[in-house]
Amino acid sequence: MVKKQNKLLPLTGNEAVANAMRQINPDVVAVFPITPQTAIAQAFAQFVADGDVDTELVRVESEHSAMSCVVGAAAAGARSMTATSSAGLALMWEILYVASSTRLPIVMPVVNRALSAPINIHCDHSDSMGARDAGWLQLYSEDGQEAYDNVILALKIAEDKDVLLPAMVCLDGFITSHSVEAVQLLDDRTVRRFIGAYKPAHPLLNVQKPVTVGPLDFFDYYFEHKRQQIEGMENVFKVYKKAANELSKLTNRKYPLFEEYKTKDAEYIIIALNSTCGTAKAVVDEMRKQKKKVGLLKIRLFRPFPKKEIAKAIEKANVVAVLDRSASFGSDGPVFLEVANAIHDMKKKPILAPYLYGLGGREIGMAHIRQVFEELPKVAREKKTPAVKYINLREK
Amino acid sequence: MKKLKGWKNIPIGGLILEAGNAKDYITGSWRTFRPVKLREKCTNCLICFIYCPDCSIKVKKDKMEGFDYNHCKGCGICANVCPFGAIEMRNENEYQ
Repeated sequence: MVKKQNKLLPLTGNEAVANAMRQINPDVVAVFPITPQTAIAQAFAQFVADGDVDTELVRVESEHSAMSCVVGAAAAGARSMTATSSAGLALMWEILYVASSTRLPIVMPVVNRALSAPINIHCDHSDSMGARDAGWLQLYSEDGQEAYDNVILALKIAEDKDVLLPAMVCLDGFITSHSVEAVQLLDDRTVRRFIGAYKPAHPLLNVQKPVTVGPLDFFDYYFEHKRQQIEGMENVFKVYKKAANELSKLTNRKYPLFEEYKTKDAEYIIIALNSTCGTAKAVVDEMRKQKKKVGLLKIRLFRPFPKKEIAKAIEKANVVAVLDRSASFGSDGPVFLEVANAIHDMKKKPILAPYLYGLGGREIGMAHIRQVFEELPKVAREKKTPAVKYINLREK
Repeated sequence: MKKLKGWKNIPIGGLILEAGNAKDYITGSWRTFRPVKLREKCTNCLICFIYCPDCSIKVKKDKMEGFDYNHCKGCGICANVCPFGAIEMRNENEYQ
């Protein structure tokens, strides 16, 4: 139940995420600063200092160490979290795979920021998109409220015995992380009841039942262990639906695999993720007033990717524009590739139009999105996927 | 080769649930040189026992009793640290 005392609070996206962590009250949190994530670590450190949580806060010397620390803590049997951005995520690379392969349900907010070089602190999705094959769940968040909800939801899914995989909760650097919006927090007890106690099956600290974690695994069993990981990801869909329904009852907000915004009768659909979806919704509202049949499909769960459901959701559209905020140099953007894969064996399918936008925080406004929608009837007439278009890029 | 289990029948994440199973892994087959004790020189000081990284020095009632050849990888540390030259490394070919 949403109680009366759950008032709206003015919080930045980072503060909303830090509050979700406070309510989760993890056993161990490793912190290392990197813009624009730093404010999460800072706010959480304040909760520790104020005695609001029982967490062991570990101040590590790098993100490689932060991820190593939470891997060790999680294997020991502790509920463990950290947070990062950009180059920090890149430095964690090796250990991201250790976390997922060792089946440790670590939840990590990732505040999306461009990768160097040239150095840039602003938003794009090249950090988390690069880590999409690391075996982590990925949830994307349009605003601070969704980021808060996603952290709690991700923890519930990650720790399920049929999943046991780590999860990233992504939110846009600065746009979401540093903007103050109205966020409604659940009360602490409700969150704690929802997530329950963490009961790892084989914690290292149980000296009565010693186990070996992370042994050598050659051509005899490695492949079998990878197959198990694939199964764990497949299991996410059913676990997600159950957890999402349960959380929905507490918040009165909905958590579909992806959000369909006025897409039911839409001839032209934009697919995007994170904060750009808020802008796109405003454009859809405007154009709907002018009787234009347009809609937005907002991806929430990117790993695992709900391809059957997304294919079905867009099958009646004429053209679907896929907006990628990260480049896959030498190929199409990661979101485009997923959508193209999702529809490839459908008999009747929409034409896809790839777009690249917003690298290094390049502005995307309502006018840009309106322009995308206005280009799509021409794509429909030409009946083939056009070359990638760059939004708000100077050609000369 | 023994029959290996399928992916549905092994613990997830590479976890090994039984303790002390390293003894089932016969690392002695990796050996190129084999340590051999020269009985007349050994004083049972047990420095070899302290240094052996694989717990492959057999000790009984404070006496050096030889080597666990199932697990000794033939690194030669024991021969190197022995103050009395009581351990000799010999080519495995001699024992084939």
